[in-house]
Amino acid sequence: MSEKVLMKGNEALAEGALRAGCRFFAGYPITPQNEVPEYMSAKMPDRGGAFVQAESETAAVNMIYGAAATGIRSMTSSSSPGISLKQEGISYIAGADLPCLIANVMRGGPGLGNIAAAQADYFQATRGGGHGDYRTFVLAPNSVEEMGNFPKLAYELSEKYRIPALILADGILGQMMEGMSFNFEPVDPKTLKTPDWAIGPAKGREKRMVFSYYLKDGELETALLKREQRYAVVEEKEVLFEERYTDDAEIIIVAYGISSRAALAGIEEARKEGIKVGLFRPITLWPFPYKRICELAQKTKAFLCVEMSRGQMIVDVKLAVNGKIPVYLHSRVGGAMPDGGDIVTAVKSALSGKKEQLSPFNPSECKGGK
Amino acid sequence: MYQGIRISGFGGQGIVSAGVLLAQAGLTEGKKASWFPSYGAEMRGGTANCSVVIASDEVYTPIVIAPDTVIVMNEPSLSKFEPLLKKGGLLIINSSLVNSKPQRTDIKILNVPCNEIAQKLGNVKVANLVALGAFAAAAQAVGIDAVAKAMKTVFKRATPEMLELNKKALEAGAKSI
Repeated sequence: MSEKVLMKGNEALAEGALRAGCRFFAGYPITPQNEVPEYMSAKMPDRGGAFVQAESETAAVNMIYGAAATGIRSMTSSSSPGISLKQEGISYIAGADLPCLIANVMRGGPGLGNIAAAQADYFQATRGGGHGDYRTFVLAPNSVEEMGNFPKLAYELSEKYRIPALILADGILGQMMEGMSFNFEPVDPKTLKTPDWAIGPAKGREKRMVFSYYLKDGELETALLKREQRYAVVEEKEVLFEERYTDDAEIIIVAYGISSRAALAGIEEARKEGIKVGLFRPITLWPFPYKRICELAQKTKAFLCVEMSRGQMIVDVKLAVNGKIPVYLHSRVGGAMPDGGDIVTAVKSALSGKKEQLSPFNPSECKGGK
Repeated sequence: MYQGIRISGFGGQGIVSAGVLLAQAGLTEGKKASWFPSYGAEMRGGTANCSVVIASDEVYTPIVIAPDTVIVMNEPSLSKFEPLLKKGGLLIINSSLVNSKPQRTDIKILNVPCNEIAQKLGNVKVANLVALGAFAAAAQAVGIDAVAKAMKTVFKRATPEMLELNKKALEAGAKSI
């Protein structure tokens, strides 16, 4: 491990992608991710790659579609409203089975929302996001170090399974500075093998085609089911998570990204008071760690989801828990970061049946509507 | 140890760079450090602020809600950040530009005429470093030497003369308390 350098999350993300061998970047400015294209525009030429400031997010993502089809490591980045604009392209890329890297430095929504940090794009990120039946890898860093080190992981997963990879960060991770050290040596793209599906000069070989349509009767169903087999392998093999203090925990906080750090601040405080609380941090949001949460549900009394949304990841936690134990929500939205002290109160409420600092979410009983 | 700092002042006073410098100084000393800017819709002539954490253990939240130290470089920052300070916390006031008096009696207050000291050194732009010098001497979170060393990393394009002036400003700030 090299000495740590003070770096901004967005810059670490951009430098990490370059080190991982990214040689084509197209993007369009939006706060709070502007340092990503800024860094790329300054450094990409020195690495022999191409940077394009596109005329729109839609154009940028379609340039990535083209670049990915040639088999090179490409990237686009944006923040929530811009990522919404890119969804059409992401759907096409997923339909064409191409690997690429997309980063979403999330901000408040819906609509233009605000430019502060949020985690409200969880549903969009983990359910495909665009039209059609597909998934993308979703990696959720919680530090500047992970912002810098995840691009390489994202490319490797993306290429192994031919599934686009998303890094889901937020405005705080993008804007904050911390000590950064890369855990990998820079990748020389020349050493990467050109995939056997990549399009390019076809002299002396069979022609290749990259497309996302299957128009003949039954063809599309066959293609979707075939792709789903890869998804099944991913869900079995590529799940990543982190656990702290879960061994003796009476209640486990589930939180990802920057929320997991707020949770840790609360956990340290609660542990000082003798409350046995643990942290479960999903690192891959797709594939989601259903299995491990299901196991933990058998040894702890309750889960508390801490999210900067009105309850999105909690849906997956509830799917994993399947009604075995209560699942609560503590939530801050619109740019606010959860506070350690509030989380301690929420933990106490969850353990004692009170409601302070807990948000109502999807009661398990048959309630609501007619 | 844990030290959460908020620095606030006019845009252009070097608030953001002073914060980066502190965080880098923390790293230089082998500690954990984080920095977070206010990047909202700021107004020209309005206030800019940033959060810095220097700690011996893992830093959880980079946004400092209850600071151990607040450095106030202009008038509007005082009323905004004084109430946030922890009980017993340190309030460093740039008395050259802040006329109001702090309200709280449960905190330590240091009045440092940063602009005047900087002007005497020949450049008012180093007022932020005078404040950092006072902070380093009063709070014992990072040493002056570490801040001086960090300047070479943070201000990559600074001339040797500028670095020398910055160092003098740090020392003058430390002496002023």
